[in-house]
Amino acid sequence: MIDCFSPTGAGKKIRLYDLPIGRPAVVASINADEVTRRRMMDLGLTPGTKVTALRVSPLGEPKAFKIRGAVIAFRKEDADKILIDL
Amino acid sequence: MKRKYPYSGLDDILKEVELLNPSGALKLNDSIVSHIYLGAEKIAGEVVSQQEKPKIDWDRKMDDILTSKVFGFPSMLLLLAVVFWITVTGANYPSEMLAAALFWIQDRLTDLCHLLGAPAWVNGFFVEGVYLSMAWVVAVMLPPMAIFFPCFTILEDMGYLPRVAFNLDRLFKKAGTHGKQSLTMSMGFGCNAAGIVACRIIESPRERLIAMLTNNFVPCNGRFPTLIALASLMVLGMTASPGVTIIVVGIVLLGIAATLTVSWGLSKTLLKGIPSAFVLELPPYRRPQLGKIIVRSIFDRTLFVLGRAICVAAPAGGIAWLLANIHSGGLSLLQHCGSWLNPFGQLLGMDGFILMAFILGFPANEIVLPILIMSYLAAGSMTELSSIEQLSNLFVVEHGWTWLTAACMMLFSLLHYPCSTTLLTIWRESRSIKWTALSALIPLVIACIVCFAVAQAARLLGWV
Repeated sequence: MIDCFSPTGAGKKIRLYDLPIGRPAVVASINADEVTRRRMMDLGLTPGTKVTALRVSPLGEPKAFKIRGAVIAFRKEDADKILIDL
Repeated sequence: MKRKYPYSGLDDILKEVELLNPSGALKLNDSIVSHIYLGAEKIAGEVVSQQEKPKIDWDRKMDDILTSKVFGFPSMLLLLAVVFWITVTGANYPSEMLAAALFWIQDRLTDLCHLLGAPAWVNGFFVEGVYLSMAWVVAVMLPPMAIFFPCFTILEDMGYLPRVAFNLDRLFKKAGTHGKQSLTMSMGFGCNAAGIVACRIIESPRERLIAMLTNNFVPCNGRFPTLIALASLMVLGMTASPGVTIIVVGIVLLGIAATLTVSWGLSKTLLKGIPSAFVLELPPYRRPQLGKIIVRSIFDRTLFVLGRAICVAAPAGGIAWLLANIHSGGLSLLQHCGSWLNPFGQLLGMDGFILMAFILGFPANEIVLPILIMSYLAAGSMTELSSIEQLSNLFVVEHGWTWLTAACMMLFSLLHYPCSTTLLTIWRESRSIKWTALSALIPLVIACIVCFAVAQAARLLGWV
């Protein structure tokens, strides 16, 4: 079982927004508060979930990610609150 | 009651919690959610079997075009232009047929009045005022709406609107507003009142108010016929020409620019703050369900908006008829008001009658042009001008219109205060007299400034 509270990913941790397009990664932790945290959890963004960066908006922001079969777009300041193991 | 537990109140319980879970470090919520998802994954793994993925991922291919750096914005513009082109071209013929039918009924109603020996004012007020304005609104509005709303619903049903939000989001972020505002803005194209109600999807009160206060800057269906007619005037009566579509698309883009600019201004001054978190789902594209689209766009939207328009057009038509038919000193009240407003109208590149038409059109934007025609003709009732050539003759030859008059009237129509229904909706949603008043005043001031600047600049530069 995945330990949700002290993730011990072997790779290095980066912010979700910095994940290069086309690369998959695994969620390490979510550093948002209250409502935002809640919303991300509702999307299924729990530690251990696989995410893939899909595409960028023509204007450079937001970025879209594949999360549990759905395509979800985040603005930079929100995606920066999610740490991932590369 | 005998105490079973060693705790004597909430304080003690909280102390105990703090001891077991120091400053919430255990993150119980997270743990619960994670385990729910783990459980769901396990069940889904056991009972759900997935078909082998098709070789070509169409969703991805379509998104590669519709949200790409190169084609994202051009494809958006093209879709917008196609929808307007279909609306403008397709609405012409049914509009004429409807008008012919409704005006035939008007003649029969007049016959009936004569038959019953009713006094002249009864025929005037009820038939030439109330009935005629309703007939006009139906003939002018129904065909474009019956084409525009289904087109728009197809795009909505296919899942294209979230892609628009995805493409435009950075601009809204720069303006300090919520990403969902691009969705409520799109709803405004149908009807601003519907757009205001849609603002409920924005949770943060600050961002919701910004979205409500700026919804009016996208032209609604009541204003499109006016804009299309004026654009046709500018390209000299070629209704179906691509020139009209280009001008109307230009006006729409200007409206979006105004939305962003005013949103930015509001979030820097009256409604300061930073945008709250925003996640946007880009759902898979779906094949539009035609039956559902027709039912939803015709019954939920077209007939709803039309019904509302008729309800306000009827009394407004009566009042307009009274103003045009009550004379004092040889001129009708409408003409008195028109000449009184004329100096101000001229400053804004228009004339007094146009301003009067906008004032009387406050209940519903779609009756602005009919009222204007009525006051120009001074015929006492809203007259039907079946072709754009006749309209051009009336405006250009008899009342000295230039391209600037048409341009300023289009700008004023785009930017001026929302109609009474929209204002009422803003009040109902915000429960605040202050914000309702501001949502009328801000656009009005902007409309005056823009029209004044355009008119004066064009005159100074000798373009007119």
